[in-house]
Amino acid sequence: MMHMLKNQEQVLSKIATNDGHGENSAFFDGWKAYDSDPYHPTKNPNGVIQMGLAENQLSFDLVQKWVRNNPKASICTTEGANDFKDIAIFQDYHGLPEFRNAVAKFMEKVRGNRVRFDPARIVMSGGATGAQEALAFCLADPGDALLVPAPYYPGNDRDLTWRTGIQLLPVVCESSNDFKITREALETAYQKAQESNIRVKGLLLNNPSNPLGTVLDKETLTESLNFTNDKKIHLICDEIYSATVFSQPDFISIAEIVQENKNCDLDLVHIVYSLSKDLGFPGFRVGIIYSYNDSVVNCARKMSSFGLVSTQTQHLIASMLSDDVFVDRFISESSVRLGARHRDLSRGLAQVGIGSLKSNAGLFCWMDLRRMLKEPSFEAELELWRVIIYEVKLNVSPGGSFHCSEPGWFRVCFANMDDETTRVALNRIHKFVIQNKGVEANNGKKQCRRSKLEVSLSFRRLDEIMMTPHRMSPHSPMSSPLVRART
Amino acid sequence: MAIEIEHELSAVGLSKVAVSDTHGEDSPYFAGWKAYDENPYDESCNPSGVIQMGLAENQVSFDLLEEYLENHSEATNFGSTKTSGFRDNALFQDYHGLISFRKAMASFMEQIRGGRAKFNPDRVVITAGATAANELLTFILVDPGDALLVPAPYYPGFDRDLRWRTGVNIIPVHCESSNNFEITTEALEAAYKEAESKKIRVRGVLITNPSNPLGATIKRSILEDILEFATRKNIHLVSDEIYSGSAFSSDEFISIAEILEARDYKDCERVHIVYSLSKDLGLPGFRVGTIYSYNDKVVTTARRMSSFTLISSQTQQLLASMLSDKKFTENYIRINRERLKKRYEMIIDGLEKAGIQCLKGNAGLFCWMNLSPLLEESTKQQELELWKLILHEVKLNISPGSSCHCSEPGWFRVCFANMSEKTLEVALRRIHDFMERRNTVKRNNGL
Repeated sequence: MMHMLKNQEQVLSKIATNDGHGENSAFFDGWKAYDSDPYHPTKNPNGVIQMGLAENQLSFDLVQKWVRNNPKASICTTEGANDFKDIAIFQDYHGLPEFRNAVAKFMEKVRGNRVRFDPARIVMSGGATGAQEALAFCLADPGDALLVPAPYYPGNDRDLTWRTGIQLLPVVCESSNDFKITREALETAYQKAQESNIRVKGLLLNNPSNPLGTVLDKETLTESLNFTNDKKIHLICDEIYSATVFSQPDFISIAEIVQENKNCDLDLVHIVYSLSKDLGFPGFRVGIIYSYNDSVVNCARKMSSFGLVSTQTQHLIASMLSDDVFVDRFISESSVRLGARHRDLSRGLAQVGIGSLKSNAGLFCWMDLRRMLKEPSFEAELELWRVIIYEVKLNVSPGGSFHCSEPGWFRVCFANMDDETTRVALNRIHKFVIQNKGVEANNGKKQCRRSKLEVSLSFRRLDEIMMTPHRMSPHSPMSSPLVRART
Repeated sequence: MAIEIEHELSAVGLSKVAVSDTHGEDSPYFAGWKAYDENPYDESCNPSGVIQMGLAENQVSFDLLEEYLENHSEATNFGSTKTSGFRDNALFQDYHGLISFRKAMASFMEQIRGGRAKFNPDRVVITAGATAANELLTFILVDPGDALLVPAPYYPGFDRDLRWRTGVNIIPVHCESSNNFEITTEALEAAYKEAESKKIRVRGVLITNPSNPLGATIKRSILEDILEFATRKNIHLVSDEIYSGSAFSSDEFISIAEILEARDYKDCERVHIVYSLSKDLGLPGFRVGTIYSYNDKVVTTARRMSSFTLISSQTQQLLASMLSDKKFTENYIRINRERLKKRYEMIIDGLEKAGIQCLKGNAGLFCWMNLSPLLEESTKQQELELWKLILHEVKLNISPGSSCHCSEPGWFRVCFANMSEKTLEVALRRIHDFMERRNTVKRNNGL
């Protein structure tokens, strides 16, 4: 029964009728294309491959095995049923003590036990989505702003501003220095806010970074901490990808920096975490706020009533994460698999002259397609993106959706599929690049014949790449014969 | 605005929302909890401890749930022991929720209403508990500074859930003991006028049916009057039906859904229902709430907003399995009602023997007890004195009516379903003894 709206628009709130949910953005086209024509190896081999979803699906077999071997962790099994009643009744917003302890321990392990986390500071939320919003509610008033280094995760716009009424101001990072966050950029953004009479309440860092896949170095973290201390604003570190680091350099948490800088104002430092990426459990909605500020812990805890983690899930997670043997194995194995997949993708791209930012973490590559743009504009980026979705049939995410200041960058996810699908995706990219070159050839250069040879060569090499574990730089080979420089 | 600013100096750098006390935890409603936490009753280890009668939890039917789990462990445990079961479930973060869960929920809601209303699974929006559902609806239906009319006495948690982060006001619609605290159109109009005089825009009425703290269902004619009032003022009507499965008899609970169905869903876009499994199934820890709206735009927007507060897919899976087993649910609903009714009769009987009257109730996990005759003066102050006395001397944590915004002092909400029958007997004996002592003192004082 569909009941149509009759002049009801004005009867809903402003929040309900504005675009703060973010779904009217042009960037949803890719998702729609995927939803209406999803790839399947046998049923729909020509469908759109989903490369816009940052999910970690590479290590489920390990978790599955653990679940099967630990029936007591699930209150739905005969072994675990005794706990059912106590777990089902427990609605204390402090959360099960064993859950908080296990999460704190897990976070310590991921940081190589270089820091300690106090379980009493662990606050639950409805996923990292809920955690970000709750922190924004605690730290800022409507109209206030948070500085966020760009490019950044598009969900931040909705999560941090939709219902809170705050705004996000980008801190511009540029490809010329690998998108590093500089003190100058921070100061510039802050200055701009001052001039517009906007009160800045904090800086939000994402480390490891989505979409860059890089980790912040000690210098940048310390600089950020100093910056926020100087301005007396909050520092929020979203460390949701902390266990997805697969190669050097090491991940450094703000917790480590804070430990070393005894003079910093701890009341300004807060960490956001979740199990959605590191463990691959987005469905379980396990979001965590860890704050060094007692008032924020208290306030966020009260707010967690609006997004507590199901005790059934708390119980399972507590059990799983207290199993040291399992956790140690998972962290290292997951890292190896992510690294291998990242290598396959970045090398496969390099083979056709597509470079990506040198990265060592996350579930994606930050791909450089600037040379393929008709012109260096976001219109051109969107145009190229549509071609990739509708012709190459890959849903990748255009840099503009991440508020990147330079057009031509795309985020490509690699951990939400199996090897075969990755191979198919790379083949499609190779075909596309070659065809593009073929088109250019027809426009004046005689490269057709040569291209065809290179096609078979590149496909063979692709298979080799997928099977050999040795390392190769993912940088775009600037002098590759397969790349035609566009001027 | 509904936000009071306090202690700004001691919490430098935080938001106004953070430093306000609109979270409501400084109210006596919660102070009693602290006393209980410090000295909790235990049949064997601490027989003179505080008995918790301030917690509206349903613990009378757990055995039925446990039995179900024992017999269906494979179905509930990630759907299958096959490889993809766990994985698919752990990955599922679609804010539409598992279709199997929504179907099961819609069907369960229909069963509770004896099939007298139909629910479309596509209108079920999932949230982590009714707490989140009520806040979310408020964000969607009301702008900051505007108001919701809420019949009083009402659930103390509304002060936080509806106002804290939303910046929305609550204007109480006062109900009186003289007509059994029923909601009247006059009271609604009076509240609306009060808002107008304060230049506050009213955006909706929020009722709880069956009522917390009254423990009584709302009559059909009154529901119709409320809907008529909302239509006249062109405002929303939110019906929190969280205790619908706890009405002692299926016939006595009438849902707003039935009222709508009877009139062919005319003008239904202003109506929204909140539900949860925390009370009827006794699963507050699982955080299972839903919004059911007849308004397409509200459904779409609520769904997007539910991203902040989704139900764990693991829990959706368990409940989808449990609630789609119609034989189990029918049996559960029936037995649960019977047990609650029996518990209610036991407490009413016990209180009567102690000379205490209660509002005639027919639903919920509590009774609405009248201790106004015990007050020397009919004031909130006296009520709180009496409450403290009961807490510290009688060692019972019950909820004072003032924390529920009741306009008449002396009423208390007493929960009876969160304990064993034995414990309830102990509680009743203590009340009995307390009343005896009071009467003896009175007699000795020649009164």
